[in-house]
Amino acid sequence: MGTDADLIKSDIRAYLDKYEQKELLRFVAVGSVDDGKSTLIGRLLHDTGMVYEDQLAAVKKASNLEGEEDEIDFSLLTDGLRAEREQGITIDVAYRYFATDKRKFIIADTPGHIQYTRNMVTGASTANVGLILIDARLGVLQQSRRHATIASLLGIPHLAVCVNKMDLTDFDQDGFNAIRDEFAEFAKDLSFKDVTFFPISALKGDNIVSNSPKTPWHDGPNILEYLENVPVAADYNLEDFRFPVQTTLRPNLNYRGFAGQISSGTIKVGDPIMTLPSGKTSTVEAIDLLGVPVQEAFCPQSVTIRLADEIDTSRGDMFVKPENTPNVQRITEAHLVWMSETALDTEKSYLLKHTTQTMRAEVEHIDWKLDMDTLEHVPAATLDLNDIGYVRISCTRALYTDPYAKNRATGAFILIDSATNNTVAAGMVGGQSSLLELEDLLKEARAGSALPPRTQVSTRERYDRLGQRGATVWLTGLPGSGRWALAYALERRLFDEGRTATVIVPTGEDLDGVLSAARAATDAGLIAICAFPSPSKADRDLVREKVGAERMFQVFVNTDPALCLERRPNAEHEGFEAPEDAAVEVSLDAGRLLAAVGEVLKGLSDAGQFDRPSH
Amino acid sequence: MSLTQQQLTHLQQLETESIHIIREAAAEFDNPVMLYSIGKDSGVMAHLAMKAFAPGKPPFPFLHVDTTWKFSDMITFRDQYAKDNGIDLLVHINEEGKASGVNPFDDGSNHYTGVMKTQGLKQALDKYGFDCAFGGARRDEERSRAKERIFSFRDKHHQWDPKNQRPELWSTYNTRTRQGESVRVFPLSNWTELDVWLYVLRENIPIVPLYLSAVRPVVERNGTLIMVDDERMRLLPGEVPMMKSIRFRTLGCYPLSGAVESTADTVPAVVREMLMTTFSERQGRLIDFDEDGSMERKKREGYF
Repeated sequence: MGTDADLIKSDIRAYLDKYEQKELLRFVAVGSVDDGKSTLIGRLLHDTGMVYEDQLAAVKKASNLEGEEDEIDFSLLTDGLRAEREQGITIDVAYRYFATDKRKFIIADTPGHIQYTRNMVTGASTANVGLILIDARLGVLQQSRRHATIASLLGIPHLAVCVNKMDLTDFDQDGFNAIRDEFAEFAKDLSFKDVTFFPISALKGDNIVSNSPKTPWHDGPNILEYLENVPVAADYNLEDFRFPVQTTLRPNLNYRGFAGQISSGTIKVGDPIMTLPSGKTSTVEAIDLLGVPVQEAFCPQSVTIRLADEIDTSRGDMFVKPENTPNVQRITEAHLVWMSETALDTEKSYLLKHTTQTMRAEVEHIDWKLDMDTLEHVPAATLDLNDIGYVRISCTRALYTDPYAKNRATGAFILIDSATNNTVAAGMVGGQSSLLELEDLLKEARAGSALPPRTQVSTRERYDRLGQRGATVWLTGLPGSGRWALAYALERRLFDEGRTATVIVPTGEDLDGVLSAARAATDAGLIAICAFPSPSKADRDLVREKVGAERMFQVFVNTDPALCLERRPNAEHEGFEAPEDAAVEVSLDAGRLLAAVGEVLKGLSDAGQFDRPSH
Repeated sequence: MSLTQQQLTHLQQLETESIHIIREAAAEFDNPVMLYSIGKDSGVMAHLAMKAFAPGKPPFPFLHVDTTWKFSDMITFRDQYAKDNGIDLLVHINEEGKASGVNPFDDGSNHYTGVMKTQGLKQALDKYGFDCAFGGARRDEERSRAKERIFSFRDKHHQWDPKNQRPELWSTYNTRTRQGESVRVFPLSNWTELDVWLYVLRENIPIVPLYLSAVRPVVERNGTLIMVDDERMRLLPGEVPMMKSIRFRTLGCYPLSGAVESTADTVPAVVREMLMTTFSERQGRLIDFDEDGSMERKKREGYF
């Protein structure tokens, strides 16, 4: 810190000028606790002057040491976090800040535990650099490959592979080279711009902020030198102009500006632009950089653009250049990282937020998911917490995207569960840039919803609301068997137990009307109780067909026929076909009503009515 | 930092991100408000809001929860700032708390700030039905902040559940709430204290004069210098105010804010003192200031 410290003393204004010019670099450190990640971060913070003396004293004390710095357990500096985690505070990404003479750094510190993928993805989403730690004694583990795969998927341009604990292998060059070669071979199929290898000891401080005398064979930079110099300016996409409109500024009649942050590319006064979805074109009349007019602007500046023509444009629209258009699609392929305890439900619709527009979307198909052990693509019916899959998503409107690999800003989206408002997934648009003719592109931009016209509420969601799956309880029995009495007693009992049930009361004489009502109620997740006469097998087959076999719960009310005749002497008792496939058979002989209700209830429960559906 | 290089300095990058955050919240929430505590961080946030919607005004009001024990300089500054910038400033006082006579002398600072600051804030948010409140907190202030989201969800009781935060990726913010729920939005999350000072300097942002050294009347209590700001200050037996050159690192309610002896009467001089302490001395009190001090300030400002 020498030069900066001197400058602060001698010329504070010069120091501030210099400080202001520093570049910003964001990095994420990846590795499990045993890899020495905490030690590395602690070491970086300490060696760049971010640790106060009393903190250090506390760490020394905890390390049972009196002085020598090379024996201090630097992981204890971030161990505050671990203690907090035990209290339930830290299950999450924490951000840390430090600066050197050259750059300001933001570390996304992602604790390594069960929710690791979710945390790592969050930290990696904005990172310029990923630091991966590998234990020199253990070599390239599957976990290292997994971390690198995720970092690559999240579009981190630069990877620093830190082969740690070199002190425990006596700084063995051959061992380091073997790890380097093996990892490089694996990483050549990934999408990093560059991968750099470091032989380090986070514990002893070798090759962290200065070159270690113990590795004379390593001519590469040390870690801090690397972080200070890795070129990040070129990581911005300055080719493809994309400007999602955030909001319209209209402070007076003479000013109409479109405010937003340039996602990628550059724009200057006089450039032609096209707005999506309308396809209308105009030219840039003025660019205001936070109140100051400028001639040109570039990503990631927040600006306000004024156009030469009055174009009807609002939040959610995107300005592009007519000769360089994004993909415009209502159905997109994407990698999804599932971040919710509740698994992906392909039957329900989610909210999808992409740049400045939010819309309904459904995951139509899961092509594969990543097997986290083998890193192979395996078939999947759903995605659970921390799963990564490749899916096809249909939306109610067109998205204006670029493949994530090409554009991190317009290739990224999140999924929100509209029932809980939780963010449940991170999405990265896959595929290639399409080469649609402008006319076809605009047709797609203005087309209607790609969602099929069917319910967007899934059975699982209904279950989560009601605590039951929904069924048609179909009571079959002779006239006088007590079907209606049972129906109402059952409804009462279910209600008292916190369930939601209704007795379907016919408005006419025909079975079809009852079936429509029963089906609607069952779809809604209710327990629809029907006592409508269905003496023939054909009647019950129709019920099964209309309601669905798995949702029909047939109860044979098998009351003593003599008793039935006595109760309803004038009804038609002939020709009754007793069901052979009833789920439950009960009798409503005298005094048995409550017992029968209990039997039906048990039958429903045994049939899984109150268990959460798996899909 | 020139346009031809097409590259932003870290300060410009922080600025552009903060502007994006402020515009995003203003566009997506029905009824946002900007919490204004009169401090330097609030000043920077307010300045960013002005820039975000230039040449117009921010499309939301500002809210100051007044504990009635602020330095009189702060109130003067607040009213002048609002007037100069055409800001729609709401001032809320917990009248119940005021009537009950809660004050920083007789009540513990926790109880007092809980009533006048945190309760006051909740009252104001409920009264106006705000679904979004911008706050000037930074992640480098203390540890629990380090993991708080930029868009930080609050339930209908204004509670933050640190164990159940929404994942926050890229700059794609989830702003969904139900009736009665709200989101605290922290545009300065990634700024450090030095960044804030530097921006104050670069943008000529007005700050309360108390941040700069001047000769002021103080008494010393338990090693802390307390300014005698008005006649409500209760002097202990034998205490006589002395005149000292002092300034404040953080501003809150005057009987609870300790001053430091200093001759730094310009922003660069203040920054120099701050950095010199950080680089060379690193005494325990700085830690206290950084950890507990800001935690207390956070409570005072009622950000949770």
